[in-house]
Amino acid sequence: MRTRGYPLAFPAFTWEVRANDRNYHMQFKKKFAFCLTKKKYAGNAIKTAKYNVFTFVPLNLYEQFHRMANVYFVFVILLQTFPEISTLPWYTLLFPLSCLLTIRGLRDLIDDIVSMGWSERLFHWQKWRDICVGDIVRLRKENFVPADMLLLCSSEPSSLCYVETADIDGETNLKFRQALLATHQELVSEESMAAFDGRVICEEPNSRMHSFTGTLEWRGETYSLDSERILLRGCKLRNTDVCYGLVIYAGFDSKIMRNCGKIKRKKTKLDCMMDRLVIIVSVVQTPPALVHLTWGCSQHSYLSALYKHTTPAQQAFFNFWGFTILLKQQSLEGIRDHFFINWDLEMYYAVKDIPAKARSTSLNDQLGQIEYIFSDKTGTLTQNVMSFKKCCINGTIYGNFWWTQQHRHNSTSLWPTADHHGEKKLDFYDATLLEAARRDSDPVLREFLRLLALCHTVMVEEKDQLVYQAASPDEEALVLAAKNLGYVFLARTQDTITISELGLKRTYKVLAMLDFNSDRKRMSVLVRDPQGTIRLYTKGADTVILERLQRRGPNETFTEMALDRFAEETLRTLCLASKEVSEIEYSMWSRRHHEASVLLQDRARELDKLYEEMEQNLQLLGATAIEDKLQDGVPETIQLLKLGNIKVWVLTGDKQETAMNIGYACKLLTDDMEILEEKEIRLWVRSQPHVLSPKDKILHTGEVLKEKGRLWQRLACCKATGSQDRGSLVEKAFVDLATSCQAVICCRVTPKQKALMVQLVKKHKKAITLAIGDGANDVNMIKTADIGVGISGLEGMQAVQCSDYALAQFSYLQRLLLVHGRWAYLRICKFLRYFFYKTFAGLMAQVWFAFHSGFTAQPLYEGWFLALYNIFYTAYPVLSVGLLEQDVSAKKSLEFPELYVIGQQDELFNYRIFGVTLLHGVSTSLASFYIAFWAFEDHVGSKAVGDYESFAVTVATSSLLSVLVEVSTDLPFPILAQQQMFRDCSPGLSDTIPNASLNALTDPYILLVVLLSLVVNTIPSLTVHLYHTIMGKTTTQQVRAVQGLARRGGGSASCQHWCPGLVRALLVRGRVRFPREAAAWTVVVGHVTSP
Amino acid sequence: MAVNYSVKEEADGHPSGGVGVPGGGAVGGGGGGAVKTRKPDNTAFKQQRLPAWQPILTAGTVLPAFFIIGLIFIPIGIGIFVTSNNIREYEIDYTGTEPSSPCNKCLNVSWDSTTPCTCTINFTLEHSFESNVFMYYGLSNFYQNHRRYVKSRDDSQLNGDNSSLLNPSKECEPYRINEDKPIAPCGAIANSMFNDTLELYRIDNDTRIPITLIKKGIAWWTDKNVKFRNPTGDGNNLTALFQGTTKPVNWPKPVYMLDSEPDNNGFINEDFIVWMRTAALPTFRKLYRLIERKNNLQPTLQAGKYSLDIAYNYPVHSFDGRKRMILSTISWMGGKNPFLGIAYITVGSICFFLGVVLLIIHHKYGNRNTSADIPN
Repeated sequence: MRTRGYPLAFPAFTWEVRANDRNYHMQFKKKFAFCLTKKKYAGNAIKTAKYNVFTFVPLNLYEQFHRMANVYFVFVILLQTFPEISTLPWYTLLFPLSCLLTIRGLRDLIDDIVSMGWSERLFHWQKWRDICVGDIVRLRKENFVPADMLLLCSSEPSSLCYVETADIDGETNLKFRQALLATHQELVSEESMAAFDGRVICEEPNSRMHSFTGTLEWRGETYSLDSERILLRGCKLRNTDVCYGLVIYAGFDSKIMRNCGKIKRKKTKLDCMMDRLVIIVSVVQTPPALVHLTWGCSQHSYLSALYKHTTPAQQAFFNFWGFTILLKQQSLEGIRDHFFINWDLEMYYAVKDIPAKARSTSLNDQLGQIEYIFSDKTGTLTQNVMSFKKCCINGTIYGNFWWTQQHRHNSTSLWPTADHHGEKKLDFYDATLLEAARRDSDPVLREFLRLLALCHTVMVEEKDQLVYQAASPDEEALVLAAKNLGYVFLARTQDTITISELGLKRTYKVLAMLDFNSDRKRMSVLVRDPQGTIRLYTKGADTVILERLQRRGPNETFTEMALDRFAEETLRTLCLASKEVSEIEYSMWSRRHHEASVLLQDRARELDKLYEEMEQNLQLLGATAIEDKLQDGVPETIQLLKLGNIKVWVLTGDKQETAMNIGYACKLLTDDMEILEEKEIRLWVRSQPHVLSPKDKILHTGEVLKEKGRLWQRLACCKATGSQDRGSLVEKAFVDLATSCQAVICCRVTPKQKALMVQLVKKHKKAITLAIGDGANDVNMIKTADIGVGISGLEGMQAVQCSDYALAQFSYLQRLLLVHGRWAYLRICKFLRYFFYKTFAGLMAQVWFAFHSGFTAQPLYEGWFLALYNIFYTAYPVLSVGLLEQDVSAKKSLEFPELYVIGQQDELFNYRIFGVTLLHGVSTSLASFYIAFWAFEDHVGSKAVGDYESFAVTVATSSLLSVLVEVSTDLPFPILAQQQMFRDCSPGLSDTIPNASLNALTDPYILLVVLLSLVVNTIPSLTVHLYHTIMGKTTTQQVRAVQGLARRGGGSASCQHWCPGLVRALLVRGRVRFPREAAAWTVVVGHVTSP
Repeated sequence: MAVNYSVKEEADGHPSGGVGVPGGGAVGGGGGGAVKTRKPDNTAFKQQRLPAWQPILTAGTVLPAFFIIGLIFIPIGIGIFVTSNNIREYEIDYTGTEPSSPCNKCLNVSWDSTTPCTCTINFTLEHSFESNVFMYYGLSNFYQNHRRYVKSRDDSQLNGDNSSLLNPSKECEPYRINEDKPIAPCGAIANSMFNDTLELYRIDNDTRIPITLIKKGIAWWTDKNVKFRNPTGDGNNLTALFQGTTKPVNWPKPVYMLDSEPDNNGFINEDFIVWMRTAALPTFRKLYRLIERKNNLQPTLQAGKYSLDIAYNYPVHSFDGRKRMILSTISWMGGKNPFLGIAYITVGSICFFLGVVLLIIHHKYGNRNTSADIPN
């Protein structure tokens, strides 16, 4: 790769790094905003905390005022500072607002502190922080790479360096990076490192993980650099003792950080709706505020002097804003109780001592509205632990006793030579196979095991025992299996592989490695055995291997059947084959192979062609079946989520077969589904922009969509070349297609594409999305989705750090969504409903009063009463809802995932419900006001004299009690707090207008008025409730009833009239999900079908 | 300058340390010898198993409530209605808008007219008033609840605070200072105080027998003794105490000349206190005088002819207001008001009716939800 005198072909490359020259990098500044500049080369410190001591107050306030309600609030408070306008004492509004802001601010602060673990960070990251661009860094084995750097040299031969990129793309296999020959040869000691003065010129920092272009100029020569020479921040150094690198991008410039999307404040659907409602409410308030214009007060002689200095227009203006103040909405933010998620024992993972954690406090209600779940595969759905389960050798299937677990064979000495290596991971135990292997009589079996030991890319480390470091867990599982059956892979050098065959050490010379890629779907190794015979060993996907066989006999047919059986058991299958290669054939092939491998152009294609030639006429040895263990409860969870009308999409970097296998394993795909693959999709999507009514085609039973990364490139092409709308039409068509499928699996997607996928669904479907993942490669998607869930598992902590919720297991998702999410949504909705009801019921009386006070915005309620009305008097029972409301128990929530649908369809709080609530509140206020009005007008009681204050107390008491009664008919109360609450209310009332309320509330007449309005307000809603109860219309009751039925085994009641839908839904799945309860469900069936 | 640098120590300390985002992980870095488990407590509160009581509305509980409400409300309503009907009330509108009215001549009286315009209205009581009679004046279309009006007073001045007396609150503007002197009492409410004088005579064979009108005891005790106080100082001479202040613009005489009796003069004049307790609604009545029953032998006001002498000072014509004089006996529920009784009867009936309807519905469809009230 050495290109002498390489001209600077990329003039756009402005990123210049000089080794060991900190001062050089310091001097560059770049424009940042206005005249502010910042350093061009970022430091390596990364700060993810949102606030620090100085920015907390302004930043937090800024964020809080993103809520319309707060802005409106402050606007109103500002208005109040004008004495001409002010209708209420200043504290009336400021008090609730400051309470609100303080509470929320503190909560945000705690969130931030907790999520970032301040103290820990300061301690841990001290040293990484000091790294600058241009530094040379030494890394040892198992170190994380602290910044993007150019590999200069390593301790391994030919300057190889193995890295694990699990944190970046989720792949656990090792990848190698190679240093330039020049630097590897020259930089032998640390002194020479210190003297290194190379100059790297490359592209500006960007987010492309897999590309890098630049040049190194050193000692007058120019070398070209590509991504093979770069160690990315976040990789882990493996199998390499020491390596040295030159830092090129640090901190926020590094590729992984560039790939982390911007942190955006997440807003829930209800938040957005609240914002809109605040606007609506303030618009609605305008008419009463304007009506006063029709009322002139100038002829009222006793008032006219008050307006001597103002023109009618001014009066109108002041009055308008006076009304605005009076009718302001106090938006008491729902207390979203995230603690219950943290406290849930059912989501506590005892094995690792990890409880669930809600890292964001304000998104809980959104959990009840999820429509799409985007899931990572490796580590999220699966445990990322592979185990060898079965095999089929020469027409015999072994491994039927695969479920006998490790415990047994741990104690059994499997093989004299193998036992000192120990075996931990083998779930495979079949005495017959072991016996056969020991007998060593079947040549096919021998070849089979030899292949397992030879054909792989596993690295071995000899410590006190053999440690295999595999590119993929599958390979490790295969090699381990071979080891346990007596074929132990011992060592690998550049061109030899040493294995121990039944205790006999043999060294094979590796003639060629025909490596794996996703197009070939197979890998082969060409070896010369100690006897001098050349053999080709191939393993690969069944489709590929089977079409390259020399002959097809009964064995092959049987193996094919076995493969089908394995696949049905959702095992990952591989076919193994081999052939003998003659010396002549090899020498010819070898020559061409050598020629091809030095080609500069089209090398890959030529090599592929050569490999293809070699891998022909194979002899089938057998097949293996590996299980990538799913996490506990994944299929059940997915099943439940599906029943809850949540669509689960799997986005994975894995290859298609693996992804599909997992899809079947976790019940995401079932056999009756039709699978659409990439090609079909392309056709589909291409035809789509022109045909926009494809409903008939989409609507056949179950479709599964497969999507490959390349589609994205195509989309990108479309956008670049064609017009913008065509691109978006394609997108739209794709989303339409994808969302009409039951399940979607996207393979080979990069982190960015994962995020794009989420974005796409958000954009076109306006649905609430949840992304769940465990690795750094999921961070983007987690941040993009409305809700991000991190699995705190094996692959580092990055996903968790960016997530809103952290779980230990995928299966806890069902509880998080179906129980906590649904409850939270229910609570927030009830809270909002009663909040609006209470507000309208209380404050609309102001409007009615305005009609009788000359539209002058005279407050009907006393200042403190107004201030406290929202916060204490009615918020208390309403808050008890927030904490205690459970329409059905957690257990029932999981049994009836259909209940989740209400959240997705916004059934509990939408504009219609808002309208109903508004009307309800208005009618309550009308009743309380006008009953008091008619009772008071031109009337003097025995004690109350028809004065303003008595009137205010009467109206306030009636509406307050009405709200309380209304709330208590539909909401649960903490048993203890109930009396407390009523005790709290009454003295508060008396304090506000002391003697007036005393006089008023002891007047029997007034008490009768209050009682009347209470009854008038309660009767209608009670009637409606009762009607619904009788007609069985409430979901809760339906479910309760069905629960009751189920409990009694359908013994008594017949429910066909009022819950047919529900029961029918149960019928369909009752047998599937609850085999044990099948009897009970069947009884219900009987009732339905026999009226 | 090569940085010989190893991240070994940190990596060892934090096996699960992520990249880019600092922190060994508040959640995942568990194993590091932490003895304390993070298992959540198994308490009723934390596991959301708190007992909560939720009323379950079933026909069994709600229907009886409907009937009970109906059964209670209807008698109450009838009781109120009867009580209200038993209250004697007589009302005269003496605004004088009709040309035939004796007070028509005074219609255009103004605040600052020096000589009072008087008029006399004769009326006949058909029924005698047996118990104590309350005499009210009533105003209509008078917005005592106007926002600016309600605020236009200084409570501390009325409470006898000497500094406020001479320096009234800004709220009183523009009735705060007149001719460089502070107004006592200041503000629009005081300024517009009702100042008609009403006198009642019984006409017995063409002789006018004056009826004693008691002017004390018409204000709330707390108002008279707590909220309103005269300024304090040497002596009890109110004239001296109000030195340095001026009368409200519309008043003919200063506040210390409202009444001859010292305990009903100044700020504690009960007519003044009653006026200062602003009415809630634009049509209101305020207590003016009491007529006590003399003895048990004869009614307080026997049926017959009466005449009302009015010193007409208070102009209401300009804003279409009305002035009334009301004579009323009172019961436990105050004055006459048929509304409440009717309302109670109506609501009670509706409740009963709804109960019946729901009962029918319940009987027709209700047998199918016997399981609906299974507790959760």
